[in-house]
Amino acid sequence: MYKILEKEVFSPIIKLMVIDAPKVAKSCKAGQFIILRINDEGERIPLTIADYDREKGTITIVYQEVGKSTEQLGALEAGDYIKDFVGPLGEASHIEKFGTVLVVGGGVGIAPVHPIARSLKEAGNHVIGVIGSRTKELMFWEDKMREACSELHVTTDDGTYVRKGFVTDVMKEIIEARGKENINLVIAIGPQPMMRACSNLTKEYGLKTIVSLNALMVDGTGMCGCCRVSVGGKTKFVCVDGPEFDAHEVDWLELGRRGAYFRDQEQAAREKAKEKHTCQCGCGGGR
Amino acid sequence: MTDAPKAKKQIVPKKNEMPAQDPVERSRNFNEVATGYSPETAKAEAARCLQCKNEPCRQGCPVEVDIPAFLKLAAEGDFDGAIAKIKEKNALPAVCGRVCPQESQCEKYCTLGKKHDPVGIGRVERFCADRELAGGVKVPGVAAPTGFKVAVVGSGPAGLTCAADLAKLGHKVTVFEALHVAGGVLMYGIPEFRLPKAVVQGEVENLKKLGVDIEVNSVVGKFATVDELMEGGGFDAVFIGTGAGLPYFMNIPGENLCGVYSANEFLTRTNLMKAYLFPNWDTPIKVGRKVAVLGGGNVAMDAARTALRLGAEESWIVYRRSDKELPARHEEVEHAHEEGVKFALLTSPTKIMGDENGVVQSMECLKYELGEPDASGRRSPVPIAGSEYVMDIDTVVVAIGQGPNPLVPRTTKGLEVNRKGNIVASTETGATSKPGVYAGGDVVTGAATVILAMGAGKVGARSIHDYLTAKKA
Repeated sequence: MYKILEKEVFSPIIKLMVIDAPKVAKSCKAGQFIILRINDEGERIPLTIADYDREKGTITIVYQEVGKSTEQLGALEAGDYIKDFVGPLGEASHIEKFGTVLVVGGGVGIAPVHPIARSLKEAGNHVIGVIGSRTKELMFWEDKMREACSELHVTTDDGTYVRKGFVTDVMKEIIEARGKENINLVIAIGPQPMMRACSNLTKEYGLKTIVSLNALMVDGTGMCGCCRVSVGGKTKFVCVDGPEFDAHEVDWLELGRRGAYFRDQEQAAREKAKEKHTCQCGCGGGR
Repeated sequence: MTDAPKAKKQIVPKKNEMPAQDPVERSRNFNEVATGYSPETAKAEAARCLQCKNEPCRQGCPVEVDIPAFLKLAAEGDFDGAIAKIKEKNALPAVCGRVCPQESQCEKYCTLGKKHDPVGIGRVERFCADRELAGGVKVPGVAAPTGFKVAVVGSGPAGLTCAADLAKLGHKVTVFEALHVAGGVLMYGIPEFRLPKAVVQGEVENLKKLGVDIEVNSVVGKFATVDELMEGGGFDAVFIGTGAGLPYFMNIPGENLCGVYSANEFLTRTNLMKAYLFPNWDTPIKVGRKVAVLGGGNVAMDAARTALRLGAEESWIVYRRSDKELPARHEEVEHAHEEGVKFALLTSPTKIMGDENGVVQSMECLKYELGEPDASGRRSPVPIAGSEYVMDIDTVVVAIGQGPNPLVPRTTKGLEVNRKGNIVASTETGATSKPGVYAGGDVVTGAATVILAMGAGKVGARSIHDYLTAKKA
């Protein structure tokens, strides 16, 4: 059992938890992920590590409630326990002094991009951060990102905070203003459509771009192949070969389709859980 | 008093039938197929043993069980004595009694089997083990602590056997398991209807009683490398039994479509994650109406039979040789037939086609005929030109084999692996290229059987004990 030490609610659907997991905290690196299981009946949920504290032995995760399991996780509080927590999994981000790196976080992807930005800056890079969310309510960690980056640009899709525009709009402005030859690497993490849009943009400029893929997984150790994705025409396993890949080589259509395969079942499970929730505690399913 | 003249043993030619669920009924549920002997039947079956002098059955047992001795005790009705005798050598008798291919091991050499049915050694073993699990297990004696610490990587059959033997010798053993439960392939791979998961967990609990620590959620090569376990972790030796955890695919077009699973994924979702209980359990699975399982081994049979239980109307084995070459156990093939699994033999897929959403719709296959025997002695299949045809299909399960899981080999300095990525280890000792590190089971041999992995675990334990004893001296 793994204790939830802290919980922070960024918005009704985006939450942070600090988990007591010394074994993971001891050895994890930026870019790696964990898999958790809430209870005995639970599915294995992969989440990229948002932060870690080796001394305290803790791992920070940030997640968006998108289905039954993440909603269930969101209903837990500090002091509660989750059944399983394993990691670090996957390969760490490749960190070296590249020069200037454009680091982009979209939505809940701001969390996993944070330790990468920090590590890149520590390695001596000039880190230009871009973070964006759909609306002001869903924005978080602006302060942490400002600290992790050399400069930070913030945007919202609907213009309710700082400015209006997609992260790709801001990226384009930065690339145009600085000149593509003055940017050595782009790292983009967020929802698939956002990463795909970033990839399409940087491809036009010929800027090497790394994305962190969120494929469906079961074991997360290379055993089942559920997370396979075509990269440069070759089948790769996100769990052991990734999660980071060259964005311009990823077969985004295939990745999106495979990710949606169980959506009807996920939806049914979510509805059923809500029904159950309504009748058991009488809160009207409002939580 | 003089000895009575030895009465000539009455020969009972037929093996006592194993009671089983009705095939039609069982093909739609996950309960165990074979329901097990009664005490009377177990006694009667054990009594069929001739207690012959040369004990040929014993050469067929990879974990060296004293078979005639336990059968004698069982025949006398001393089931406690019988299980104690088995457990001198075998840490997982309830598992072995179910999934060992006895017909090609102990029972193959049985003297009685030359003219009649061999003694149902596995069935009696299973009865004795189940009886003990149900009634409370006696903890066997453990040697005085040696002060040595051994790490076992992987809690499948090789790791569990190695851990049990080392613990009995007085070493402190910690087993590191990547998944959230111990058992490895016994939990994620072999289906509930062949090996109930409660039985596996019963055996695991017995190991813990020997003083073995099991740390689940611990991926060696990630939270710590083998070197770190030995340097900072204080372990004096390491046994690697990480299994065949890397699925092979056919490398044909369409294999990444939705609805194409590796057998590992299909079985892990069902067995480990209990997708057949979705949505009460959270992990989903989809099978559709018609399932094609590619391959002809035990894993393929497990997947095809699982597909029926998950609600498929038709479940097909697609295999490129004939029924004679099917690598699966005869009993498994028979069970599959009885349950209504269909066989497309001398057939191999060339590509998988999907619909507008990238979901499997059909599969193009090519018919084969058998040519000359190849290196394995099996007649090699030769494609028949122009024999392509299309099979409508909703789900494809690729069960053509597994390679070694790469996590430990990739992260262990100085550990020699072969071309296929298997760890190079001595068959006699389990020793690898790295001092103090031993390996066994599928990660060394490639995908094989539970009992061979257990045998390798046993060999590894013996060598580690010798290594540690020499270190002390």
